[in-house]
Amino acid sequence: MTSVTTATVVPGEPGAPKAPAGPGNRARGGARLRPWLYLLPSAAVLVPLFGYPIYMLGLLSVFDYRQAQVSGGQPTRFVGLENYATLVGDGRFWSVLGQTLVFAAALVVATLAVGAALAVVLTRAGRVPRLLLSLAAMAAWAAPAMTGSTVWMFLFDADLGLVNQVLGIEGFNWFYDRWVTFGVVGATVVWHSFPFVMVTLYAGIQAIPGSVLEAASLDGASAWQSFWRIIVPMLRPLITIVVIQSIIWDFKIFTQIYVMTNGGGIAGQNSVLNVYAYQTAFGSSEYGLGSAIGVVMTLILLVVTLFYIRAIHRNGERL
Amino acid sequence: MSRSRLVANVVAVATAFVTFFPIYWMVLSAVKPAGEIQSLQVRPWTLAPTLENFQRVLGGENFGRYFLNSVVVALSVVVLSGIVAFLAAVAVTRFRFRFRTTVLIMFLIAQMVPVEALTIPLFFLVRDLGTAVPGVGLNTLGSLVLVHLAFSLPFAVWMMRGFVAAVPEALEEAAMIDGASRSVVLWRILFPLVAPGLVATSVFSFIAAWNDFIFARTFIISATGNQTLPAALLVFFKPDENDWGGIMAASTLMTIPVLIFFVAVQRRLVAGLGGAVKD
Repeated sequence: MTSVTTATVVPGEPGAPKAPAGPGNRARGGARLRPWLYLLPSAAVLVPLFGYPIYMLGLLSVFDYRQAQVSGGQPTRFVGLENYATLVGDGRFWSVLGQTLVFAAALVVATLAVGAALAVVLTRAGRVPRLLLSLAAMAAWAAPAMTGSTVWMFLFDADLGLVNQVLGIEGFNWFYDRWVTFGVVGATVVWHSFPFVMVTLYAGIQAIPGSVLEAASLDGASAWQSFWRIIVPMLRPLITIVVIQSIIWDFKIFTQIYVMTNGGGIAGQNSVLNVYAYQTAFGSSEYGLGSAIGVVMTLILLVVTLFYIRAIHRNGERL
Repeated sequence: MSRSRLVANVVAVATAFVTFFPIYWMVLSAVKPAGEIQSLQVRPWTLAPTLENFQRVLGGENFGRYFLNSVVVALSVVVLSGIVAFLAAVAVTRFRFRFRTTVLIMFLIAQMVPVEALTIPLFFLVRDLGTAVPGVGLNTLGSLVLVHLAFSLPFAVWMMRGFVAAVPEALEEAAMIDGASRSVVLWRILFPLVAPGLVATSVFSFIAAWNDFIFARTFIISATGNQTLPAALLVFFKPDENDWGGIMAASTLMTIPVLIFFVAVQRRLVAGLGGAVKD
């Protein structure tokens, strides 16, 4: 792994950033401590507020920690992996895990397809249409998840919503059937997240030398062919990063589900892992069990992150 | 050639319309009189725009207060995380030290942690912290500032790294040869030069803190005066009769500041993302 080699690089190696030489660089010991001094404020924030909670999440997950323990009525009891055993034997956990994976996968595919298609459209459109689409996408990107959710809920409202009136199906409840609900929530999420993909890939396409695409079209390549045979292979590193980013974001969806389905839908049918963990902890006061779900989520994302780091290294980026 | 351009233009304009429509609908519904919102004949325009929804929201529901709370939290996070992230970015770009890559990888991994799952331990942490240090316990804005500072920091460092690296080191070396001290070089030379990058980075910190729903909902339990916008919005949802005019007015109030902020810095944003993603 490159990480190991770069970690042990000695000062002064060519290409390595080196501490500027000068009068301020008097003592070797001082120069060695200085980066840590600059990192100190970050550490002072991250260790207690980020590192410690992660440790505590793991700790809570191996304890029986419920309302009685929180209020001090009963002593906290170490239960080992009992919370995890409960999860494994809980059919509901597996169904939530399953639909989280399916929902996230569908979101990633939809976001990427829409974002990539529009990035190509941007390269071919004229100035004014390009500007219009960029501005509209910026607006969707910037809109808070909360207000995006409320607006889409209003658009799909059973009685007063625009969608039902235009379609002439007044009274149809979009938030009743599990998969129809997921569809509406998914559309909201894609609306929020495709601009990032579009803008990033557009920038990537712009960076491809025009002569390459020109040569392909002279050789008789269609737009479709030059997309799959030239743009995609050349942008592979960028696409990998965008895909993994999207996986991470879509796997963690919380606000849209929580707000649009009022905490997970009818009988929790639209729950995803994040919402399920939250409801288990704060809804049912099963803090230990909720933490165990949180640990499972963290581990899944950690695996994705390792792929991410590998992808960055493979792109030859020097950290 | 011209046919493919025509298709692209049509698709671009149509998508722009669809993408912008929810925002338009939100603002339109916010200024529609109550009668038109209740009406079953929906029209995509209004001939009688009114501010009554805004007045009701700002007056009756104390929304002005929540708005101010959100501003205070978001701006505190932006200022603090800007300074802290700048120092960390200088450390990892200008110095070569043991564990530098490890530190960087940890900043990267920290971005991936599902922070929503951390609400559980953080709830207890903040509760206990409140008994020791007043002002950062449950029901305080301080607790929100602290957690958002922590969660925005890893990405801010990651992004600032690119901006600091883009400043030629020769500038600092020249200043040092002229006898400038380290802190002068840091704050008088490097800091102003990366200020544009700092602005772009701060948009992300601002948006994350401004949009946060889950921590506001978890930490601010009883002190309704310390509510922030996203959680306060839920007040308008009533089991059977949603006040859509009020909800849309409140949503508009919540969206406008981010929108202005975002559009103002969008150029730097894309440049910065390029730095953060591709380097």
